[in-house]
Amino acid sequence: MILQALTLTLQLAVTVSVILLIVGVPLAYWLAFSARRWKFFIEALVSLPIVLPPTVLGFYLLVALGPLSPLGRWWQAITGHTLAFTFAGLVIGSVLYSLPFAVQPVATSFAAVDRKLLDISALLGASRWRTFWRVVLPLGLPGVLTGFVLSFAHTLGEFGVVLMIGGNIPGATRTISILIFDQVEALDYAAANRTALLLLVLCFVLLTAVYGLRRHAAWRLWEWK
Amino acid sequence: MKKLLAWLILPSLLAPALWADEIKVAAAADLSYALKDLGAQFQQKTGNAVSFSLGASGNLYSQIQNGAPFDLFFSADAEYPRKLAAAGRLDPASLRSYAVGELVLWVPKGSPLNPQLLHMDLLLQASVQKIAIANPEHAPYGRAAMAALEHFGLKDKVAGKLVLGESVSQAAQFVQSGNAQAALIPLSLASSPAMKDTGKYWKLPDGSYPEIQQVAGIVSSSRHKQAARAFLDFVGSAQGTAVLQKYGFTIPTQK
Repeated sequence: MILQALTLTLQLAVTVSVILLIVGVPLAYWLAFSARRWKFFIEALVSLPIVLPPTVLGFYLLVALGPLSPLGRWWQAITGHTLAFTFAGLVIGSVLYSLPFAVQPVATSFAAVDRKLLDISALLGASRWRTFWRVVLPLGLPGVLTGFVLSFAHTLGEFGVVLMIGGNIPGATRTISILIFDQVEALDYAAANRTALLLLVLCFVLLTAVYGLRRHAAWRLWEWK
Repeated sequence: MKKLLAWLILPSLLAPALWADEIKVAAAADLSYALKDLGAQFQQKTGNAVSFSLGASGNLYSQIQNGAPFDLFFSADAEYPRKLAAAGRLDPASLRSYAVGELVLWVPKGSPLNPQLLHMDLLLQASVQKIAIANPEHAPYGRAAMAALEHFGLKDKVAGKLVLGESVSQAAQFVQSGNAQAALIPLSLASSPAMKDTGKYWKLPDGSYPEIQQVAGIVSSSRHKQAARAFLDFVGSAQGTAVLQKYGFTIPTQK
């Protein structure tokens, strides 16, 4: 039971953090370099999930994306089932919920890149695309890595949204945080302890590895210069 | 610093004074509507306010087991209160069976399926992809639902369709929002104002699941035992039982 929940949770975390990497880096680039006046509006929108309780997101996913709404009916017509109680539903919920954790570190590290370097790169005839790959991304790599890991870790520990839209189905939506909750509620403290300890150790090892790696990566890049 | 401390301490000093006569009730989620009615009538009659914390009986059980500051516990079964009384958390003499609950098969109003005709076979229909029940781990009505599925020989056939709500309220919300197509929920929720006109149901026959005897008791550490007892008596009075009956509960004959 623990293994199934753990596998499912890891699958969810990998899926979500990869999606967020693909979506988050361009969004962070836009937030860091765009000169649009209404940029602050998007910034606020991206940061919303930090402030809002997961219940708000869970509620809207359940109702607005449920079969009572046109969007939900459209999804149901295509896939044959509702978003709630499915792995895809959890992925969508988690992507929205972890978005700021994936975008903000990247945007900050992109914004910290010395503008002179960008100007020089342009002067030397490099396109913006090439400047991004050769200057911005290498210098902002620690931020990208942080964003990736934070979104991964945040999804591992996600609870509220899953509780509201998951339906507690083994192998599909019973993530490890839900399993721990169930075990505590069933007063099975020994099992809850085993599961919680496993998650604790796993997360600690993961974060240690990443922070170690990040240091290494930053050092390597610095040496290249 | 002193100001900050005072600011932090102030609410806890004021709280008991402000809510001196408020009874805090931990109640099973199937009582959501019935107890609110009862609480309002009780307050009108005695002036004592009643506040409710609703959840699955098992969740409330573990909270009270761990010393949650409630005055009364209304469970959806008899087992949790008995265990709490044995552990010294509930006053054993106060235990009272206040209602017998019933289980219904509920579908949203727009559903093409008629539970009155199909009965439990409705759950086997292909258009029923998800069936919401309360989590049997900690909700008595969830256990009753599992027992009923077993009774009708459906347990294995619908196992892949089950979604578990934290309490009967969440199970009801899953099906009312259309995310699940059918649910096994208490009659007390199905006949509540919020659900009455949004769906149709079929009452499961007696004997298809063990009788749901619901027991309440006064929390041993309560500081408002007198008011708590008064509320318990009110629930058992003619006026109180009339409200419970309105929500589909039957009243046990012996106390």
